[in-house]
Amino acid sequence: MPDGSPNPKYKWIGTRPDRPDGADKVTGRARFGADFNLPGQLIGKVLRSPHPHAIIKSIDTSKAEALAGVKAVVTAKDFPEQANLIVPTGEMQVNLRDITRNIMAREKALYEGHPVAAVAAVSEAIAKQALALIKVDYKVLPHVIDVADAMKPNAPVLHDGMITEGVNPPPTKASNIAKRVEFNKGDAKAGFAEAEIVIERDYSTQAVHQGYIEPHAALASAAEDGQVQVWSTTQGHFQVRGFCAKLLNLDTSQIRVTATEIGGGFGGKTVVYLEPLAIRLSQKTGKPVKMTMTREEVFRASGPAPGGNVKVRIGAKKDGRIVAAECTVEMQAGAFPGSPVGPACMCSYACYDIDNVHIVGFDVVSNRPKVAAYRAPGAPISAWAVESTLDILAQQLKMDPIDLRLKNAAKKGTKTAYGVTFNTIGMVETLEAAKSSEHYKSKPKPGYARGVAAGFWFNVGADSSAAAHVGEDGSVTVISGNPDIGGSRASLALMAAEELGVDYDKVRPVIADTASIGFNFVTGGSRVTFATGLAVVNSVRDLIRECKVRAAKIWNVDPEAVMWENGMAKPAGSNVGEFEPLTLAALAAQAGKTGGPINGHAQLNVTGAGPGFGVHVCDVKVDNDTGCVTVGRYTAAQDVGTAIHPSYVEGQLQGGAVQGIGWALNEEYIYNAKGKLDNPGFLDYRMPVASDLPMIETILVEVPNPTHPYGVRGVGEVPIIPPLAAVGNAVARATGVRMTDLPISPPRLSAALDAAAPKMAAD
Amino acid sequence: MAKIHVTTTINGSATEYLCDPNQTLLDVLRDNLGLTGSKEGCGSGDCGACSVTINGRLVCSCLVLAPEAEGQKINTIEGMAQGEKLHPLQKKFVEMAALQCGICTPGFLIASKALLEKNPSPTETEVRYWLAGNLCRCTGYDKIISAVMEVAAEMRGAPNA
Ligand code: FES
Ligand code: FES
Repeated sequence: MPDGSPNPKYKWIGTRPDRPDGADKVTGRARFGADFNLPGQLIGKVLRSPHPHAIIKSIDTSKAEALAGVKAVVTAKDFPEQANLIVPTGEMQVNLRDITRNIMAREKALYEGHPVAAVAAVSEAIAKQALALIKVDYKVLPHVIDVADAMKPNAPVLHDGMITEGVNPPPTKASNIAKRVEFNKGDAKAGFAEAEIVIERDYSTQAVHQGYIEPHAALASAAEDGQVQVWSTTQGHFQVRGFCAKLLNLDTSQIRVTATEIGGGFGGKTVVYLEPLAIRLSQKTGKPVKMTMTREEVFRASGPAPGGNVKVRIGAKKDGRIVAAECTVEMQAGAFPGSPVGPACMCSYACYDIDNVHIVGFDVVSNRPKVAAYRAPGAPISAWAVESTLDILAQQLKMDPIDLRLKNAAKKGTKTAYGVTFNTIGMVETLEAAKSSEHYKSKPKPGYARGVAAGFWFNVGADSSAAAHVGEDGSVTVISGNPDIGGSRASLALMAAEELGVDYDKVRPVIADTASIGFNFVTGGSRVTFATGLAVVNSVRDLIRECKVRAAKIWNVDPEAVMWENGMAKPAGSNVGEFEPLTLAALAAQAGKTGGPINGHAQLNVTGAGPGFGVHVCDVKVDNDTGCVTVGRYTAAQDVGTAIHPSYVEGQLQGGAVQGIGWALNEEYIYNAKGKLDNPGFLDYRMPVASDLPMIETILVEVPNPTHPYGVRGVGEVPIIPPLAAVGNAVARATGVRMTDLPISPPRLSAALDAAAPKMAAD
Repeated sequence: MAKIHVTTTINGSATEYLCDPNQTLLDVLRDNLGLTGSKEGCGSGDCGACSVTINGRLVCSCLVLAPEAEGQKINTIEGMAQGEKLHPLQKKFVEMAALQCGICTPGFLIASKALLEKNPSPTETEVRYWLAGNLCRCTGYDKIISAVMEVAAEMRGAPNA
């Protein structure tokens, strides 16, 4: 148990107690997606397209249906057509017309792994046999994988009717460019004319997977009266309910979704893949249907994060002041429109106060799985390019890279290129914290070189509901509706305990299913501790208000004459009268006489999410023969608002940093000439393991968010943004070779070093 | 396919099951015996979420055929706590926030316990290499490594703790 909060304002906030679901999660008792079963359940399996691009001429399921043990087969025919309608999901937007095509291909298969049929059978073995008996007649079409290729005029077009949005006048011909976006501030042309130094480079990144260790899993049980229950590993069970209701023409109230414990998501579990199929199969068979993806299916058919090409141009004065900046981002959307190119553009220069900015982005479809959110969607890609270019600028100006950033740092009052003016933010404080860290002040170890980079993310608020119930004995249950993906039960309970003035272990946080609490938007956008936290705080305030009313009744005084302190109702002043304070237990004991059960509720649309900034410092050593990069020391500094449970805040910084290191050094989707993914497994899709890494040092810079009662800012997403360039900048300083294409994997880096060697020798 | 009858010991209890010849130990644990604490992250020996020990040796149960358990002693995460008492590693993982989502945690705990039984005084590098077969995508490994190092130190200092 904690020794008391390091923050003198608080008793519980800032302490590090055991998480409420800790014992369950270290004993195997916690139940994740694939751990749920129902009596009599069938096993569902998906048949997936082997082709990256093909017309589906016909599907013959008769042989599969005739196989003993097969109970149902579904294809696109079993799902109603959807309107062309955009709905939000997490930080991304999706079109229902596309979603129904993504869960089950209709006219065409658009990527290798695209579902074309699904079966339910009495065992997995029989389900797999049945898949082999389904005959799909494909007309294979030419495919396109690369964004640059997909943008060419003669590229194979994925969607016949797709006319680029955001272009005036609209093009007359369909293309793979779904959308063009543009952001302007000041006059970039004039800014560049003023510049004394201009740096311009082209960068690229590859698609990467969120890499959650738990594959997608869902169990659905549909009753004859139309009622449906679903257990799903998801970042948003209310989203699962909403999508399934739309995709299957059901009322949301007919579907009850329970979020199982979730084994990682990082944005990738904010969409639906298996749930609608499992429900449809269950409807057709009258039996529960369980579906899980294999790891290979996860790679081939669930949301990778996009790769992209970024062109950057930065103009500065000799003193380091940036006077103009441009960038162009071409981003993979996968098979359907909807890449996070918007946020990539908006975040590109958001760390800096620059007068003249011009940003253009393109959302481009190609024969890849539809992208999904991944921690700060889009931002790492543009930041990789911008932060690398700033490092070149710092080198050319012979400036310290942190000083260069301090000179241009965004502050309260800075207007971003996308139009928002910042309130209180912590970019300067975070840069200064990194600069004065022991890590930055000490020289890299011999053989190592150092890189620095920054990152920005908006964070979101949105809809949350919460309730606080007092039990008969005065202990409290706090109910909310966001899956706990990394310790949020603990942070919610801490805020509730603080607000209520009772001990942390007297508050039990519970995550309710969709029928047991009001709507909650997804666990995403770094919003749970911030927005659902606010709902919890408000529900507790509502509870306190009710407690005061009850105490007033008992004392026969006005509710205004009662105050709440240290978990007790007390007379607000000596003129009220002499009354013994009433604890929650005392109030609960008399609840029957004062108005019944004592509960509090809150529901709100939360705005005012405080943006977050991160600055990372990375020391690397490069093996010149193999091109292998070793990260020797790493520090992540971030303005975190108020750290409610500092251990889990540090954990977000550490985990995000390591995902970013993987993105920088190894991870990539590798496609062969046939348009098929060559590395759909953890052996060939190389995520960082423990022996690849040092400890990840963290610096929590607490710049409270003025819009939240406890100053909370989202913290989960920023940490994945800086590492790409922090690593790349360190590699450039270690080798003298500037890598512009990710990942900086051994084969790529050794090739680049070999190519540079004669030139360097000549210099 | 005729089923195979297997007699084995799981977490100290004599256990019998019928399995298909090609079923994995992981599938039998999870699907036949309801021991869902061992997780399947990949099914190919690359993530370690399915880690168990067979006669004290650390293995990926997704790579073991269920009939191979005949006559062996299997230990899973469900057998790690003793009654109400968590194993020191379990306690320390919670205390030091060495888990975020927790899906990798059973595998890390089984693997860490196997390490400390073999090597009670591992260096940080030894811990990192021993656990390199376990993937965690949430934590960046930092707090996991620290927790294991701290338990090792505590267990050395107080063998009966
Ligand atoms: S499931 Fe066995 S190693 Fe991944
Ligand atoms: S805690 Fe989520 S994978 Fe390790």
